[in-house]
Amino acid sequence: MTAFSPSSLNIVLTGVGGQGTILASSMVAEVGMALGYQVKKAEVHGMSQRGGSVVSQVRWGKEVFSPIIPPGEADVLVAFEKLEAVRALGYLRPEGAVFADPHEIPPITVSSGDDLYPDDDAIQAALAQKTSQVYWVPGVDLAEALGNAKAANVVLLGALSAWLGHAPERWLEVIRRRVPAKYLELNERAFWQGREWFTSSI
Amino acid sequence: MKRLLSGNEAVAHGAWEAGVRVAAGYPGTPSTEILESLAKFPHVYAEWAPNEKVALDVAIGAAYAGRRALATMKHVGLNVAADAFMYASMTGAEAGLVIVSADDPSMHSSQNEQDNRFFAKFARIPCLEPSDSQDAKDLTIAGFDISEQFDTPVLLRMTTRVCHTSTPVEVSADRRQVKPLIDRYPRNPAKYVMVPANARKRHPVIEHRLEDLARYAETFPWNRVEMRGTDLGIITAGVAYQYAREVFPDASILKLGMSYPLPQKLIREFAEKVERVIVLEELDPFLEDQIRLMGVKLWPEAVSYPHTKSIFPLIGELNPAIVREHAQQAGLLPQSQPEKAGEQPQATPVPAGLKLSGNGHTDLHLPARPPVLCPGCPHRGVFYILHKLKVPVNGDIGCYTLGVVPPLNAIHTTGCMGAGIGVAHGAAVAGDTERHVAVIGDSTFFHTGIPALLNVAYNRSNIITIILDNRTTAMTGHQPNPGSGQTLQGRETQEIEIEPLVRALGIDKVITIDAYEVEEIEKTLKRWVKEDGPAVLIAKHACALLPEERQRYVPLRVDPDVCNGCTICFRIGCPAILKSDQLDPKYHRPLAEIDPLQCTGCEICARVCPRDAITFRDQALQFWHEAGNS
Ligand SMILES: Cc1ncc(C[n+]2csc(CCOP(=O)(O)OP(=O)(O)O)c2C)c(N)n1
Repeated sequence: MTAFSPSSLNIVLTGVGGQGTILASSMVAEVGMALGYQVKKAEVHGMSQRGGSVVSQVRWGKEVFSPIIPPGEADVLVAFEKLEAVRALGYLRPEGAVFADPHEIPPITVSSGDDLYPDDDAIQAALAQKTSQVYWVPGVDLAEALGNAKAANVVLLGALSAWLGHAPERWLEVIRRRVPAKYLELNERAFWQGREWFTSSI
Repeated sequence: MKRLLSGNEAVAHGAWEAGVRVAAGYPGTPSTEILESLAKFPHVYAEWAPNEKVALDVAIGAAYAGRRALATMKHVGLNVAADAFMYASMTGAEAGLVIVSADDPSMHSSQNEQDNRFFAKFARIPCLEPSDSQDAKDLTIAGFDISEQFDTPVLLRMTTRVCHTSTPVEVSADRRQVKPLIDRYPRNPAKYVMVPANARKRHPVIEHRLEDLARYAETFPWNRVEMRGTDLGIITAGVAYQYAREVFPDASILKLGMSYPLPQKLIREFAEKVERVIVLEELDPFLEDQIRLMGVKLWPEAVSYPHTKSIFPLIGELNPAIVREHAQQAGLLPQSQPEKAGEQPQATPVPAGLKLSGNGHTDLHLPARPPVLCPGCPHRGVFYILHKLKVPVNGDIGCYTLGVVPPLNAIHTTGCMGAGIGVAHGAAVAGDTERHVAVIGDSTFFHTGIPALLNVAYNRSNIITIILDNRTTAMTGHQPNPGSGQTLQGRETQEIEIEPLVRALGIDKVITIDAYEVEEIEKTLKRWVKEDGPAVLIAKHACALLPEERQRYVPLRVDPDVCNGCTICFRIGCPAILKSDQLDPKYHRPLAEIDPLQCTGCEICARVCPRDAITFRDQALQFWHEAGNS
C-alpha cells in the first residue's frame, strides 16, 4: 500500500445521473475535512439529473481557492461508469490515478442505435495514453453480490481509501454520518469490499 | 463549529441566525436548496409561492409587518419579480428584507445569461456578492443589518459556483432576537402607498440613501484590501476572487463584498498603491465600467465600444484556466504554464514511447450522453403524438422541454416560463393557418400560464393548450406546487385541480386524460385539430420518479417471436428500449429489447406497438410471479 499524505489532492468524480456521484463526492469532501485539509467541493445540478453525465470536483489542500479543478490538474479520477471515465479524462494530470467501474450504461444515443459504445480496447488505450495507474474496480458487481448495486459508489471509495493508505476509521465515520440507517450496514460492507479488492489485486 | 455547507445552505443558515421569520421563493437552479434547507429550521415560516413575483410580494409584506424576510429565486426569477423589486426599493420596509438572486453564468440550467448586479444599480439597492460559503453566510447576516440601517431591500447576488460549492463554514446555534420590530402594521401612506404624489417624494429619498450607502461602503468590513506585491493590483468580487488568488498568488487584491454602490475612496487608494490595476469579474464589466467612470486608471487604459470589458471574457463562467489564458494573452503572465504548487503524489514517470496529447483529451469518439425524458416519464406519449401530427408546438420550461430532442423532435419554440401559450396565441391571431399547440407543465401553468390562458379564453384564439400535469415541479427536483396537496414545510393542503380552474377561465372544451393513455390522447387531438376555438387537454399522471409511482414499477418485456423490428417503439425515445443483437429473420432489422432495470412499466411502448409484441403490466406481473418472484 502506498501511504502518503500529499499537501493537496484534486479529485474528480464522475458518473451518470442516479449513480450517487454527488453523495460520494460529499463523503470525499468530509473525509478531507476530518483529515485536517481545507476542502472545496463543486458540482452542477440541474439538467444532469435526467440521465446525463455528472461531474463533481473535490479539492483537499492547505489553502484551496478555486472550486473548479483546471484541466490536467486532477490527481485522481473516480468514475462510476466506464464511458464517463474517458469523458472526464481531460481533468486528469499525466500519470494521475483512475478508479473506474467497468460497468456500462449505454447512453440514449447508443441504445437508439445512432452511435456506438466504444469497445474495451479503445477505452483502455485512451486511458493508457494518459496514465498507467488505472484500477478497474468492479463496484457494481461487488455491490450486487451484497444485494444492492446502489452501493457501488462506496465500493470505489473503499478502494480509493486503501490506495491513499488511509486507515478506515475516518472514512467509516463519514459513511455513518451520511448514509441513512437502513442502508448503513450495506454501505459499510461495500466499503470493506472495495478495500479488500484493492489490497488483493495489488 | 465548522461545517461543510454549500453556498445555498450557508445562506439558509445565515438567514436563520439573523432571525428571519418569513422566507418565500420559487424553485430554480441554482437557488432551490436555499429555501429547502431553511424550511427545516425551527421557528421559520418558509413557502414556495407560485412564482417569484408573488414570493417577493410575500417577503415584502412580512418585512412591512416588522419581521425579517427573505425571498429567493434564480436570476431569471428576478425578471418576473422586477416590478415588486422596484417598488420595494421605493418604500423600504420596517424590518430587514434580503432578496437572493442566484445567477447562472454559462447557463448550466438556464435559458439565458444575465448579470443581475445591474438590477441593484437599476433599483438603487445595495448588492452583496459572496465568494464562498462563509461569505454567503456572513453577507446574508450583514444584508439584514444593512437593510434595517438604511431602510432598503438588499440584493444578495450568488452564482452557480458559489451556490453549489461546499466549503467549511463557522456556524452558530444562536439566533438573533426574533420579536417583531413594530407593534402594529404601519399606517404610513406617505411611505407605503406609491401613488404618484408620494412616489415623487420618495424618489429623492432613495437617491440620498444611495449616497449614504456609498459612504458606508468605504468601511464595510467585507470590502477588503489584501496587500501582497505592488506590481499588480486586482479588483474583484464573487467567485472571481478565488480565481484571482489561484492564478495571481503574488498580486494585491481589493475584494469587494459589496459590488454596488462602490467604495470610491478605497478603490482610488488601492489603485495608487500598485503599479497597475486590473478588474477580474465574471460576466459583464459591472465593476469595470463604474471604476473607469470614476476616472481611476485601469489597465489596459484603452477600451473598445460597445463591448467595454477589457481582459477577461464577457460570455460564460470563468475558471482558473480561462483566467490564466486571457492574462497570458494580455501579457500579464508569461506564456509558459507555471508549475502547480505543492508536491505531486506518486509521480511515476510516463512510460517511454507513449504520446500525450497537449490538453489530455483523447481522440476516441465518445457517444454523447444528453439528458432525456426518463423511462416512464408521463410527458413522453404526448410528444410522440405531436410529432406524428406535425403541428407547430410552442413549448415552455420544465422537464418536458426535452420533447425537443430526437427522436421526438416535437417542440418548435421555447422562451421563458409561461411564454408558450401567449406565443401560440400570437401566431394564431396573426393569421398563421396551422393549428397551433402550446405545451406547458403544471408548475409552469401555475407560475405564469394562467393569465396567458385567460387571454386565450378572452380573445378566443384557435389554439390547443396541453397541460402536462405530473403533480410536481420535476425539473428542479420535485418541489411541491399548488397541485401537489403538500406545502414546502410538509403541511397537507388543498390540492388544486386544473380542469375546474380552466373551466372557470371560460374554456368549455377541456378534457383530462391519463398521460399514459396515448390512443385516447391521439384521438382527441386529431379531432381538435380540425375544430375551431380554444381547447385544453390536461394529460395527467404523477411523475414516474415520485415515491408512490416507484412502488408501481413493473418491467415489461418484448416477445422476440412477435417483434419484427419495425422500429416504432424506438420512436418514443425511451432509454429503457434497446436495440437487441437479434435480427428479424425476414427483414434483418434489430429486434427491440427492454432493459428491466430501467423499465417502469408505463406501457406507452406496448400501446404504440402495432404487433402487440410488448407485454402489458398484467402479463408482465404474471410472468414475474410464475418465475417464482413475490
Ligand atoms: C422565471 C423562472 N423561474 C424558475 C425557473 C426554473 N425552472 C425551470 S423549469 C421549472 C419547473 C417546471 O415544472 P413543471 O412546469 O411542473 O414541469 P416538469 O419539470 O414537472 O415537467 C422551473 C422551476 C425558470 N426557468 N424560470
